[in-house]
Amino acid sequence: MHPAIIFRILGILLMVFSIALIPPIIISLIYQDSALSAFFSALGITFATGALCWFPVRHRRQELRTRDGFVVTVLFWLVLAVSGSLPLMLADNPGLSFTDAFFESLSGWTTTGATVITGIDDLPHSILFYRQLLQWLGGMGIIVLAVAILPMLGIGGMQLYRAETPGPMKDNKLTPRITETAKTLWYIYLALTIACGLGFYLAGMNAFDAICHAFSTVAIGGFSTHDASIGYFDSSLIESVAIFFMIISAFNFALHFYAWRFRSIKHYFADAEVKTLLIVLVLAGIVTFVTLVLSNSYEPNEALRFGIFELVSIATTTGFATADFSLWPVFLPFLLFFLAFMGGCAGSTGGGLKVIRVLLIYKQGSRELKRLIHPNAIIPIRVGGKPIDDRVVEAVWGFFSVYLILYLIMTVLLLATGLDFVTAFSAVGACMNNLGPGLGDVSAHYGEISDFAKWVLSFAMLLGRLEIFTLLVLFTPTFWRQ
Amino acid sequence: MKIIILGAGQVGGTLAEHLATEGNDITVVDTDGPRLKELQNRLDIRTVRGKASFPHVLHQAGGDDADMLVAVTNSDEVNMVACQVAHSLFKTPTKISRIRAQDYTQYKELFGNAGVPVDVFISPEQVVTNYIKRLLEFPGALQVLDFANAKAKLVGVKAYYGGPLVGQELRYLREHLRSGVDTRVAAIYRKGAPIMPQADTVIEADDEVFFIAAKKDIRTVMAELRRSEAPYKRVIIAGGGNIGARLAQVLEPFYNVKLIDHNKARCVRLSEKVKSKTIILNGSATDKELLLEANIENTDVFCALTNDDEVNVMSSMLAKQLGARKVMTLINKAEYVDLVQGQGIDIAISPSLTTIGSLLTHVRRGDVANVHSLRRGAAEALEAIAHGDENTSKVVGRRLDEVSLPEGTTIGAIVRNDNVIIAHGDVVVESDDHIILFVLDKKRISEVERLFQVELGFF
Repeated sequence: MHPAIIFRILGILLMVFSIALIPPIIISLIYQDSALSAFFSALGITFATGALCWFPVRHRRQELRTRDGFVVTVLFWLVLAVSGSLPLMLADNPGLSFTDAFFESLSGWTTTGATVITGIDDLPHSILFYRQLLQWLGGMGIIVLAVAILPMLGIGGMQLYRAETPGPMKDNKLTPRITETAKTLWYIYLALTIACGLGFYLAGMNAFDAICHAFSTVAIGGFSTHDASIGYFDSSLIESVAIFFMIISAFNFALHFYAWRFRSIKHYFADAEVKTLLIVLVLAGIVTFVTLVLSNSYEPNEALRFGIFELVSIATTTGFATADFSLWPVFLPFLLFFLAFMGGCAGSTGGGLKVIRVLLIYKQGSRELKRLIHPNAIIPIRVGGKPIDDRVVEAVWGFFSVYLILYLIMTVLLLATGLDFVTAFSAVGACMNNLGPGLGDVSAHYGEISDFAKWVLSFAMLLGRLEIFTLLVLFTPTFWRQ
Repeated sequence: MKIIILGAGQVGGTLAEHLATEGNDITVVDTDGPRLKELQNRLDIRTVRGKASFPHVLHQAGGDDADMLVAVTNSDEVNMVACQVAHSLFKTPTKISRIRAQDYTQYKELFGNAGVPVDVFISPEQVVTNYIKRLLEFPGALQVLDFANAKAKLVGVKAYYGGPLVGQELRYLREHLRSGVDTRVAAIYRKGAPIMPQADTVIEADDEVFFIAAKKDIRTVMAELRRSEAPYKRVIIAGGGNIGARLAQVLEPFYNVKLIDHNKARCVRLSEKVKSKTIILNGSATDKELLLEANIENTDVFCALTNDDEVNVMSSMLAKQLGARKVMTLINKAEYVDLVQGQGIDIAISPSLTTIGSLLTHVRRGDVANVHSLRRGAAEALEAIAHGDENTSKVVGRRLDEVSLPEGTTIGAIVRNDNVIIAHGDVVVESDDHIILFVLDKKRISEVERLFQVELGFF
């Protein structure tokens, strides 16, 4: 462990990311709203803290070890969540308590989209924009962004990069150099965002809403500038644009890289993860549509429109709403909610377990079945025709078991605060999968639950975003032993 | 530059490390997954697992826009086919290949555009053999590097008490030497740290001094820094592998050579290959009796050249203890080199660090004829060719003291039409001069490269 180097990097990152507070200041100036001073103070505090961390150790240079990578990544997310909560606390509207502000800010950074605020439509424009911006920055990963713009992270950056990127196989670089890879990812992300924003604008949103929603759509976040979320616009065109970009953003960004590099889209359909995701979405779409029609919840054309939008929004872990799916008949709320456990593809901005892990677990299960018939057979697990190393499959199982255990523990903790089972179960799931809206009492917002529950759920969000191990490893004694 | 390296062995790995830290886009291809993973954890590179000569593997490694392909896998054939694939399918501009078998390399017509499209082939065994041969020519030298077809040499020696110049300022060096002999000290390393030599720098005992001189003057200059040693005569080589066998053949005419190898069949093969003068002994190089039988106490140089680092180190220490005058040891693990040199072993030789220079020659921008990597890659000596005229070049037409060199860089000598001109401040650089530079800090290399680039307008 090298505390000096950790502080140095942390300080630089904080100073750099205090820049993220400048766009809301500009918005605040344009709309002449009440949050201007809050953003100025937050900017000052964040920058000063960063400078304080950095100044005493500014000349210390050492290479980052794997361990330092974990500490920096986790600390950075925590510190950013705290500094991100400053404007929400300092501004008169919403004027949140520390717990609420931290929850809201972390929900933004981790692209969860769970909110404690009601009356979103009345918030100052700058605060609205700020929430969306947090999601956008958190979507591709702030560490990835840091690696892209701070060449000094160089080789040590790989340690950070691996601690943050989602998916079981993290060694696949798009380009030989890490900074180039990170830059490429952000270019793709930026291009998608611009395309999405234009789509929203042309579909009828005003410029402010279009930019804000493009941020949270491509990040698979789910924050909106309205209480009624996407439903506010009541436009099937806008919903179609959102559906398209939610699905695109749930694909592995490496595929977008190849699409851009080799000008082809064939490989999307050759990718096992994408195929699985699309098949699941189509099947679940049919079930949802049929159930909604048979139960007379909606007219067929409305069932199609609301059914598909909610399905894609929940399954990709975005969390936009056009209807309250938690009130839908029979099994539908749970079906949709369980799809969020699968979430997006590895290397995407989506949450959940990731499609590849679910696919590997499924294939491992069917391998055991085949082994019952041919006990001596050597059966490799293949994804897209390529055999996968057993070490990867093992790691996926390890991930899954830890995920389950933590899920259970946190559900019990929430039950202890007096929530009913459906609320507790779905709140943990919605936060751990970075989905946002849950079922029961937390289907619209998280304002009513106790502070303790909010802290537990904050932990769940960070666990989900950092894919459990990166965060959990800090709680093991081996990690801290010299 | 975008470079694909085929083979993640000693040479491939070391090369990847050197090039990646210089900001090149490196992709390493190998069939050994764990080895690739280990490299990727350490270096900022991309790795691709697969057979290096397969087109789809090369495509995956970015063959489409690669500037250079370096094929250093274990197999000559794979290397050559990979170069052919890169040439035919991807039109890769520069293809460098390792070719070990002399059977291939002796037919020059085999290569080039009509044959196998290998632009440059390197043979680490040949490079190491030459390196050892040069060391044997100058007893007492730690390093001898050739420039401009061996006309000028850069020599590293350790200064000892008793050398006439030790304890004196460098400015007296020229007065000491008899007329006609000239040299320039390029760098001094004191306790491992580099010192920029100035006129008032005092050479101390145990300093490692690098100087450049014409071939004929080397011995005279060395005598200033240490008591001169008698030339080597008797050499024992341990290990009859690629390097050992080659070295024995090269040394035969000039030295009294004995070669020890533990493999009987190989000994028989070797005994048929060498001339009758060389004595081949079958047995272990760590066997004391065998070494005594080989008359180790009267041996000038013991070279341990087996494939096994541990055997090399142990047999060398044993030989030294038994009375060998000098021991040279081949160390594959670059990390061990600093560890063992000086600890009972006179000279540790790392094949990958020795070979790297010949590869770096082709990576450097500008017209560079020779590169030698020194001090485990921290420093570099290079021979650059100046082109252009006063208006287009930053060096041509200028006195050496007017050329603005990057920090930590010295010009040692200039080779002009076969003449070695030692670099003093009043020498004026002409076009096509070969300039030999010593760069203390490799980070400055790009500035040196820029210095020798001809500005547009020359073409």
